[in-house]
Amino acid sequence: MTNKMIFAGFGGQGVLLMGFITALTAMRQGKNVTYLPAYGAEVRGGTANCTVVISDEEIASPVASNPDYVIVMNNPSLVRFANMVAPGGTLLINSSLVHGEIKRDDVTVVPVPLNELAHELGEDRSANVIMVGALAQATGVLSIEALKEALAETGLGKKPKVLELNRRALEVGANTARQALAKEKSA
Amino acid sequence: MKKVFEAPKSLKDNLFHYCPGCGHSIIHRLVAEVIDELGIQERTIGVPPAGCAVLAYNYFDVDTGEAPHGRALAVATGIKRVLADHVVFTYQGDGDIAAIGTAESIHAANRGEKVTAIFVNNGTYGMTGGQMAPTTLPGMGSTTTPGGRDVVRDGAPLDLTQMLAEAKGSVFLERVSVATPKGIRKAKKAIKKAFQVQLDGLGFALVEVLSPCPTNWKMDPVAAYEWTDKEMTKIFPVKVIKDITGYDKD
Amino acid sequence: MGEAAVRAGCRYYFGYPITPQNEVPEYMSGRLLQVGGTFVQAESELASVNMVIGAAMAGARVMTSSSSPGVSLMQEGISYLAGLELPAVIANVVRGGPGLGNIAPAQSDYFQATRGGGHGDYRTIVLAPASCQELCDLTFKAFDLADKYRNPVMIMGDGMMGQMMEPVEFPELIDPADLPAKDWTITGAKDRPSRVILSLLLNPKVLEDHNFKLVRKYDAVTREETDWEEYMLEDARQVVVAYGTAARIAKGAIKRVREMGLKVGLLRPKTLWPFPDKPLKELTRVVRQLLVFEMSAGQMVEDVRLAVEGQAQVHLYGRPGGVIPTPDEVAHQISHYYYQAGLMDKDQPSGRLGGAA
Repeated sequence: MTNKMIFAGFGGQGVLLMGFITALTAMRQGKNVTYLPAYGAEVRGGTANCTVVISDEEIASPVASNPDYVIVMNNPSLVRFANMVAPGGTLLINSSLVHGEIKRDDVTVVPVPLNELAHELGEDRSANVIMVGALAQATGVLSIEALKEALAETGLGKKPKVLELNRRALEVGANTARQALAKEKSA
Repeated sequence: MKKVFEAPKSLKDNLFHYCPGCGHSIIHRLVAEVIDELGIQERTIGVPPAGCAVLAYNYFDVDTGEAPHGRALAVATGIKRVLADHVVFTYQGDGDIAAIGTAESIHAANRGEKVTAIFVNNGTYGMTGGQMAPTTLPGMGSTTTPGGRDVVRDGAPLDLTQMLAEAKGSVFLERVSVATPKGIRKAKKAIKKAFQVQLDGLGFALVEVLSPCPTNWKMDPVAAYEWTDKEMTKIFPVKVIKDITGYDKD
Repeated sequence: MGEAAVRAGCRYYFGYPITPQNEVPEYMSGRLLQVGGTFVQAESELASVNMVIGAAMAGARVMTSSSSPGVSLMQEGISYLAGLELPAVIANVVRGGPGLGNIAPAQSDYFQATRGGGHGDYRTIVLAPASCQELCDLTFKAFDLADKYRNPVMIMGDGMMGQMMEPVEFPELIDPADLPAKDWTITGAKDRPSRVILSLLLNPKVLEDHNFKLVRKYDAVTREETDWEEYMLEDARQVVVAYGTAARIAKGAIKRVREMGLKVGLLRPKTLWPFPDKPLKELTRVVRQLLVFEMSAGQMVEDVRLAVEGQAQVHLYGRPGGVIPTPDEVAHQISHYYYQAGLMDKDQPSGRLGGAA
């Protein structure tokens, strides 16, 4: 079983961190992983994306032509990556910021209103963690428990208060994705 | 019978290949005497340059490692960082240290590398046949400055040692000359002090030695020594350029 | 790479910043402090490689790293390392060129690395890892090879490998004090005659002898150390030749075309010099078509052509400029040449992916 995913958005949205936490979690769960970041020369505000491959076998290419999951955090990323999703794949979009039309009918779309959800949580910066929660739900490969440990390992959950916030962010993301997927199925 | 004069232990028993009247032979001997007097032959490592003194390893009876042209102080840095309790010296000409190796010299001094540099200034590229050096005097002839060095066309002589005084890591810088017996005695004192600075771990030390090159200057040795003493010192005055060792209170 | 170097007993690093490899000096500056090593940020690549020369003369395991333009500046020093027979490890995280080029992953320094780059008759051992684990393993090995042959060893990576993260298992930490003593270093002439390390050999006969001595060493390296990976070669009718990052992408492409029934394999050189020309020549007994895929305009393809001595078609898919082709793009090339040469089974449906881009 191999899952290829691309995370894309503006620099500063925590795009690379999303990918890194995903890769770290999968590694701690005993999977083979590759994490390949790509970004512009600027440190903030440029485009950023990364490719994560999670597999039970040896990973051939760390570059994905047709990812199974694409996480889209802004409009330019939708334009660039929407057509790359493999047929039957899943597009997770930050529906607070991404409003473009999605012309694919062979992929599952999971809208997650990250900005609103993060605001409700009381921490706008938790948007990317919410998205990782949604991804975990959509893939079924990452466990929420392992994600929490990975967050603690990266220093994002060392303080009990921050850990608690991120734990809730993961759950909010997972719940949102669960509802969206159920709706998609019944539609 | 008591022996009153002998070759320094730190010189090998090889005849110098240098031209008659060349200053290198004197300077080699001074460095070897200093190494003997300080008793550091067994832990001294020399870094000879490209140039006439490239064959210095045939004469110094210490471990030596040859550096690419201009890079002696970078190579010396590498050696000294590994062998901190050893004594590392470079032996470089003016083209080596003040033209192609300017960056390496300034930065080694600025880092305060605990090495000793012997900088032989004869105002010419000796080995390659007398081309203009960074230290060639204005008006002085060379094979690449027809009519003599023209400062507008060719630039003025570069006083590297003075430049190194600005570097925070340099501790002792002195310019000496081997053109006169008195100068030779002063030169030896300066070289000894430059090694002492390293032994005491104070920082970077350099002795610039004005040295005659009769062959490329197209002079006989006597005239060349006189010219070194009278003319070179006008542009490159013999003096202590920087001394923050605290050794001499006078 | 940095950690692997430290574990291999490297305690000295000299370097100058250049993208995309700044993670290495940044890591080494802190890590070497922890293990009592020395890190010097030099004033230039020229200075760094010459500090490497000095440290190697003094007997240390030492390395530097840089990226293409910086490695160009180091060529003088690499020639001296070879001439002086000094062990040292140089990592090149290759970026697009020529000139300033860009900072994207490329393989365009193949000629520079394998043909010398500096002046004189010499060879540099060139290792080409394709994964983070291999980057670690080959870095470790590079120090052993350097010491064994008293020769500079280059690790050729690229910006993608510089940025990519994969799980890595590290080897045990070596204490430099446990490494075998070297009997040629300059460490002070105590209780022995003084030694000289030099590359100036004015007498042509003496230099010729030295050159032939080096040749014998290079022959031994070729015999003993040539290394490559074979992937799905058993029934292959077309073989892709690629190294490093390009080989990873090629593997992805081969998986795809295998699903379509194309019998394609991969030969991946792990040493670029010595180049695995024998196994390539061997292959031509059963394989008539080779496709060289490299992230440069056509450099390694020359070595492949030399290796097969006209016994197979050699096609090139070269993508210079820091472009990373996707596995799909490579799969297109594979199937294009595969069908063009009529290599498919008679009863195979023509599920071709399309022509050459």
